[in-house]
Amino acid sequence: MLKIENLQASINDKSILKGLNLEVKAGEVHAIMGPNGAGKSTLANIIAGKEEYEVTNGTIELNGEDIRELAPEERAHNGVFLSFQYPVEIPGVSVTNFIKTAINETRKAKGLEDMPAKDMLKMIREKSELLEIDRKFLSRSLNEGFSGGEKKRNEIFQMAMLEPKLAILDETDSGLDIDALRIVANGVNKLKSKDNAVIVITHYQRLLDYIVPDFVHVLHNGKIVKSGDASLALELEAKGYDWIKQELV
Amino acid sequence: MSKYTEDDLREELKTKEYEYGFYTDIESETFAKGLNEDVVRAISKKKNEPQWMTDWRIEAFRVWEQMEEPEWANVHYEKPKFQDIAYYSAPKEKPKLNSLDEVDPELLDTFKRLGISLDEQKKLANVAVDIVMDSVSVATTFKKTLGEKGIIFMPISEAIQEHPELVKKYLGTVVPTKDNFYAALNSAVFSDGSFCYIPKGVRCPMELSTYFRINEGGTGQFERTLVVADKGSYVSYLEGCTAPSRDENQLHAAVVELVAMDDAEIKYSTVQNWYPGNAEGKGGVYNFVTKRGICENNAKISWTQVETGSAVTWKYPSCILKGNNSVGEFYSIAVTNNHQQADTGTKMIHLGKNTKSTIISKGISAGHSQNSYRGLVQINSRAENARNFSQCDSLLMGNACGAHTFPYIEVKNKSAQIEHEATTSKIGEDQLFYCNQRGIDTEKAIALIVNGFSKEVLNKLPMEFAVEAQKLLEISLEGSVG
Repeated sequence: MLKIENLQASINDKSILKGLNLEVKAGEVHAIMGPNGAGKSTLANIIAGKEEYEVTNGTIELNGEDIRELAPEERAHNGVFLSFQYPVEIPGVSVTNFIKTAINETRKAKGLEDMPAKDMLKMIREKSELLEIDRKFLSRSLNEGFSGGEKKRNEIFQMAMLEPKLAILDETDSGLDIDALRIVANGVNKLKSKDNAVIVITHYQRLLDYIVPDFVHVLHNGKIVKSGDASLALELEAKGYDWIKQELV
Repeated sequence: MSKYTEDDLREELKTKEYEYGFYTDIESETFAKGLNEDVVRAISKKKNEPQWMTDWRIEAFRVWEQMEEPEWANVHYEKPKFQDIAYYSAPKEKPKLNSLDEVDPELLDTFKRLGISLDEQKKLANVAVDIVMDSVSVATTFKKTLGEKGIIFMPISEAIQEHPELVKKYLGTVVPTKDNFYAALNSAVFSDGSFCYIPKGVRCPMELSTYFRINEGGTGQFERTLVVADKGSYVSYLEGCTAPSRDENQLHAAVVELVAMDDAEIKYSTVQNWYPGNAEGKGGVYNFVTKRGICENNAKISWTQVETGSAVTWKYPSCILKGNNSVGEFYSIAVTNNHQQADTGTKMIHLGKNTKSTIISKGISAGHSQNSYRGLVQINSRAENARNFSQCDSLLMGNACGAHTFPYIEVKNKSAQIEHEATTSKIGEDQLFYCNQRGIDTEKAIALIVNGFSKEVLNKLPMEFAVEAQKLLEISLEGSVG
C-alpha cells in the first residue's frame, strides 16, 4: 500500500526527516511513536502533501505510484486520509455540508455523479451512530466551538464517511477523555479491513490498548530507529524514550 | 510539487475575466454628451412628462449645480466628468410589448447570457420582471396578475403618466432632491426606473424583480425606484444589475425610495454585479447610489444586498424608523477584488419608540481591493427603548487588500440598547490544506469558506436569488479554472 524509502525532508531549510524507511501493507496497523520533535507530524503531513515541506530525497509510493508530485486533494482522491492533530474551524460550514462536499468532490475526480441525497443521508446516519455522534452535532459549524474530544470524533466520522485506503491518525488520542478514546478507537477498529491500512501516530501507549498495532516503530531524530510488535509500545511506556536514545549512543 | 499555492491563486484572481462583459448591438438613441437645463428639459419632454415633473427636475438640477461632490468616503478615483456623459440612451425600437415573443431577439439573447432567461423566470420562478436596459423599461411581465390585486408595478415613466397623484405624493419624500450630490443629479436626469404600489392589506403574491443593465458606452444610468407599501401590505422586491466591460468608467447614480406605511413590510434584495474594471483597475462602473426607506408604526423594511461588482461603490441603504415599534434590517455581503473599492454600509435612524434595527455586514476583500463598512446608528431623544444589534465581519484573501470598519453610534436616549461586534479573519493556509486533504481543491475550498462566512446574509435572500448570489460569489473570487 505505502512504501517510503530513504525519505529526507526539510522545512525552511531545517532538515527534519533524515532517511526514513517505512512499508505498510493492506490490512495492517502501524504505530509510530517517538518523543516531541522526532518528526512524527512532519511525516504525516508529507504523506498528505502539505506544501510547506520540501522533500529533498527519497520516494513515497502509494499502491506502486509515486505520489510526490500529486496535490493534496489528488492524494485524498487516491485514498489518503489524515486525521489532524489540530483540526481547523470553518465558520458557517456545517459538518454535513463539509462532508457532502468532500465526498462529491472525490466522486467528481473519479468521474462519478454526486452521491444521491438519500444514500448520503443513510450513510451519515449509519456512521454517526457508529461513533455515537448526536444528530444536532452534524448541523454545527465545522469544528467551531467543538471540545477537543468532539473535534477528534468528527475527524474519525469524516474518515468513516470517506472510507480511505490509508488512514493516518495524528495524535488522535490527545485531548480525549477515556470514554471518547474508547468510542474513537472502536470506530477505527470497525472500519478496519483487509483492504485498508492505518498508521497511528501517538506519544503514549494508551490508545494502543484499544487499537492494537501489528507493528510499532520508534521515530527519533528523523529516522525510524527501532521496530517491533505491540510489545515494543509497552516496553517504551515502561522505560521511556531515554532508553532508546541511550541505546543509540 | 505541482501544488496550487496562494500565489497561483492570487495570479488567477487577477486574471479572472468579467463573465458578463459582452456588448449588445442594439440600436440606441442617445443624447449628445453634456448637461444643462436644456438637456433636463429635453429628457422630460422626450418622456412626455407633465409640467410638475419638469419643474421638479429643473429645481433638482439647480440644486445640483450648487453642490460639491462628496469626498468623505474611503475611496479614491478620478471624478466623473459630468459634461462628458450622455444623459439619455434608449434602445431605438421601443414598441409596447405584450409578450416576450415580441422582444428584440438580441435583447433576449443578452438576458440569456446573463443567465436570466425570461421565459424560464416566467414559467418557473413566478417572478414578475421589469427590465431597465439603459434607462428605459423594455418589458414588463405579469402585469395582469398583479393588476387583479390592485398592485401597480410599472416603469416609473409610465407611472408618471398613469398614476401621477401617487408619484407626485411620494417622489422625493424619503430622499429629497437636496439630499446629496448624486441624489440631486439623479432627480434632475433620471430616465426611468420602477414604480411599485401595494394597496392596503394586500400581500404581493410573487417576488417583484427588476434587472438593470448599462449597455451603451459613455452613458450614465440614473434609475429612480419608488416602492410604496400601503397599510398592512407586504412586498418582496428583487433588483439585479450588470454592465458590459468597457475601458472608460460608467456612472451609475440611482435613487431608491421605500415607503412602508403602518403595519407594512418591504423586503428589498439586490444582487449587484456591475462591471468592476479589469485586473489593472481600468474601466468599471462608478456606483453611487442613495437608497432609503421610511417605516411608519409597526412597519418593517429589510435591505439585503450582495455586491460583487463596480469599480467604486458608495452606497448606504438606510431605514428611518419613524413609527413606533418599527423594524429596520440590513444584511450585506460586499466582495471586492483586484482594484475595486467599496465604501458601503447603512444608516439606522431611530425616531419612534421601541424601534429595532439589525445590521449584519460581511466584507470580503481580495487582490488590491479596499473594502469599507460605514454605518450610522442614531437613537433620537424620543426613541424610548430603541435597540440595535450590529455585526461587521471582514474576510481577507492575500496580503495586498484592506478591510476597514467605520461605525458611528449616536445615542440621545438613555434607554437605548446598542450592541456592536466586529471581526476580521483571513482565509488561512491551514484551512485550505484541511479542505484539500479531504479531496476539495483550493477553488472549491475558497467557495465553501466564503459561502460559510456569508451564510447569515445568503439565508436572507429569496430562494431564486440565493442560488444566483452564491454563483456570483464563486465567479467573483475563484478565477477561471473549471
